[in-house]
Amino acid sequence: MHGDAHAERAGGWYGPCAGAGAVEATWRCAVSAPTSEEGRPADRGYAAGARAGLPFAVATVVLGVSFGVLARQLGWGVVAPIVCSTVVFSGSAQFAAASILGAGGGVGTATLAAVFVNARFLPMGLALAPSLAGGRLRRALEAQGMVDASWALANRGDGSFERTFLIGATVPQLVAWIGGTAVGAVAGGRLGDPEALGLDVVFPTFFLILLAEEFRDRRSIAVAVIGGLIALSLVPLTPPGIPVVAACLAALLGLWGRE
Amino acid sequence: MSAIWLTIALVAVASAVLKAAGPLLLGDHQLGPRATRVITLLAPALLTALVVVGAVTTGQQLVLDARLAGVAAAGIALLLRAPMLVVLAAAILTTAVLRQLAS
Repeated sequence: MHGDAHAERAGGWYGPCAGAGAVEATWRCAVSAPTSEEGRPADRGYAAGARAGLPFAVATVVLGVSFGVLARQLGWGVVAPIVCSTVVFSGSAQFAAASILGAGGGVGTATLAAVFVNARFLPMGLALAPSLAGGRLRRALEAQGMVDASWALANRGDGSFERTFLIGATVPQLVAWIGGTAVGAVAGGRLGDPEALGLDVVFPTFFLILLAEEFRDRRSIAVAVIGGLIALSLVPLTPPGIPVVAACLAALLGLWGRE
Repeated sequence: MSAIWLTIALVAVASAVLKAAGPLLLGDHQLGPRATRVITLLAPALLTALVVVGAVTTGQQLVLDARLAGVAAAGIALLLRAPMLVVLAAAILTTAVLRQLAS
């Protein structure tokens, strides 16, 4: 399925590159892709986005089940975890808030941690904004459809995003997240300890799969290394979430030189 | 209203505001070439940070455990161009087996 996603990205509208799984090749093909009237590669649309989001939805189910089990174990009951996944729809923030409440932290601390963890949506939203449609309010509404995987999948690599493709890619993940949470919350501890089952590795693996698509040139690799080092060095010093936001500073490398 | 429900409500509102902030600030304003280059590089920086934090940290501590081996297995599977679900399975199996052996 991953291969399909590659082909979707690389092939889709520029046939000669179909099946060229290599990231390098994908990038070279993207440069010569046909463009819309705005001079950008076309938006592949909702359905193509949903297909590309499908394999990530499988990983999201696993994460959702883990969250449901965790929340149930922390005394949230069955309904609250499902409502939480529906209205928050952000795994990392929900895990952070639930863990802090579970460790005896207060509402303020739990909320603040979730805000830090989700603060990455601020730079991500700034990046996405020019690619959305309509006025400020409509764009703000459309931005609610942004999650990590769909943001990365819809990223054309030239600073613009495929608007409908992004929203399409989010839909299967939303269904998977709520469904997975429901399964985990209902089953609770009967599924076993998510950690013993190795499910806590799904989160970093999910992002590694997305990252593999981003190594386009030497500069993006350098930025990745610097971003990783910034995050790693800040982990012991700052509240969770801040290291990830600070890693964005590595992207300032783009201010120098030319493409 | 219990602490759990209050937290859910606050986190939901905060997340929505964070996602809305960029578009509310920028509107239909288009960014210049330098800002665009920076934005292009946001993805590798953010995603690497999320991988690193998820693989080797717990809370504010650096923790090297079976997760790192699982992520390494996923990396090898990606280099071999394995389908995404195989990559995921490799990570989960490696982590789970190592934890079984350790316990």
